[in-house]
Amino acid sequence: MTTTSLTSSRGAGRAGDKVFSGATLAAGCLILAVLFGVALFLVVQAFPALTASPDMIKGGEGFFAYIWPIVIGTLIAATIALVIATPIAIGVALFISHFAPRQLASSLGYVVDLLAAIPSVVYGAWGAAFLAKEISPAYNWLASNMGWLPIFQGPASATGKTILTAGIVLAVMILPIITSLTREIFLQTPKLHEEASLALGATRWEMIKMAVLPFARPGIISAVMLGLGRALGETMAVALVLSSGALTASLIQTGNQTIAAEIALNFPEASGIQVSTLIAAGLVLFVITLGVNMIARWIITRHKEFSGAN
Amino acid sequence: MSKRIDVKDLNVYYSKFLAVEDVNINIDAKSVTAFIGPSGCGKSTFLRTLNRMHEVIPGARVEGEVLLDGDNLYGPGVDPVTVRSQIGMVFQRPNPFPTMSIRDNVLAGVKLNNQKMSKGEADALVERSLRGANLWNEVKDRLAKPGSGLSGGQQQRLCIARAIAVEPQVILMDEPCSALDPISTLAIEDLINELKDQYTVVIVTHNMQQAARVSQKTAFFNIAGTGKPGRLIEYGDTHTMFSNPTEKATEDYVSGRFG
Repeated sequence: MTTTSLTSSRGAGRAGDKVFSGATLAAGCLILAVLFGVALFLVVQAFPALTASPDMIKGGEGFFAYIWPIVIGTLIAATIALVIATPIAIGVALFISHFAPRQLASSLGYVVDLLAAIPSVVYGAWGAAFLAKEISPAYNWLASNMGWLPIFQGPASATGKTILTAGIVLAVMILPIITSLTREIFLQTPKLHEEASLALGATRWEMIKMAVLPFARPGIISAVMLGLGRALGETMAVALVLSSGALTASLIQTGNQTIAAEIALNFPEASGIQVSTLIAAGLVLFVITLGVNMIARWIITRHKEFSGAN
Repeated sequence: MSKRIDVKDLNVYYSKFLAVEDVNINIDAKSVTAFIGPSGCGKSTFLRTLNRMHEVIPGARVEGEVLLDGDNLYGPGVDPVTVRSQIGMVFQRPNPFPTMSIRDNVLAGVKLNNQKMSKGEADALVERSLRGANLWNEVKDRLAKPGSGLSGGQQQRLCIARAIAVEPQVILMDEPCSALDPISTLAIEDLINELKDQYTVVIVTHNMQQAARVSQKTAFFNIAGTGKPGRLIEYGDTHTMFSNPTEKATEDYVSGRFG
């Protein structure tokens, strides 16, 4: 008597289990394969540019001299975007999740989500045709009143097509994704913890500082990282808004360039080693994004013990 | 450091629905008062009105007066934040802040009052509060560890320590032992017994033995049926309530004959 009711199994259920676990495994492998494929492509295609003699590269001083100003430009634009967008996004998300009356909250959430659906070229056109013009008086003011700061050194660009304008447009573009993600996280704060702080005599804002924001911290970091990813890689908007040039410290003068815009503007006419150079620039952007995400992961796991997940 | 509570003609509404009707009750200082009654009879709702925590629930409002040593909690210009800092609350499920260490959990309420505190004072307060909650010996070596790493019973005592650290006049407890095992329950009950020397304690419980063990006075709440408001049926000395109640409904409930 070796076959008992315990050893016989329901065939169908077992098969479904196998198919499901196989499918999830395949999906997981696929994403790794795609990522690896892209990385491999970038490395192989970029290799000629990395090993070419300096005078072959645009600018004539080698790949490193070519790439570092636009790396800095990319980081400047993305930083401006994050500095502007993060506090606004968190504020809007908190307003929607904890302050607004229910009806207003849902329509406001809808409007914010709608912002994410606008194509980036529209943002670019808006930035170039409208924002740049409207904002240049402000740049003039900054140049004459705060010009002693290197970042606001004059003379301000007459067209307003500067890295700061590009950063502002990027901020508007990444606002919806950060807002909707953080809003979701804020809504998930356990009622238990909110009530705990209120019962201790916390005001609403103190409750948010005590219960909501600490709980949402990893989620906020993830949301900001997604926004940063978009800001780093955004092409069209920057290409349209920024009138690019050499690296300069002043944010309100013409100049600076980002990697993505540089690739987009030059790729159509590039050939041979120039293509390799641009792909190598893409590889650098890839590495930057990877590095930023790893740092974010590290920040999140550093506080795992206090995350509330245990 | 403990005050009495007098409730006069209190009605609690959820929007238009009358949830608790016409409660009059006088809760003594430095004693334990238990609220018992079947689920849905409004005892937790009523408990929340004693520190205005019901206002967290959308649409909830009250009519009537709750006097803390003669001062109406619902008087004009009274800030619910001030009310809650004087009348602390312990919840059904232990809810220490998961993102804070044990030490920071105890100090959470005190820090709200923006009092500048030296590290020495803070340490002394942490020790005093945790000793007051009978938790000091179990956690003194891991004050920097997260509060969520403790057992359920320890977490609940941590919540009590957090509540008494702000030195409230009254401590409200909403079924504080319902998520705990018997040993932890015993520890909390011992603690409640000690707390009444300093604080006015009001406890909602489903466990009648617990009400009999810890309280000096017991209030029995009941509802006539679904959709009807909860009412205070009888209120008196715990001993009398359990041995010789006046109302038939009370007797049925405490003797287990209730549906």
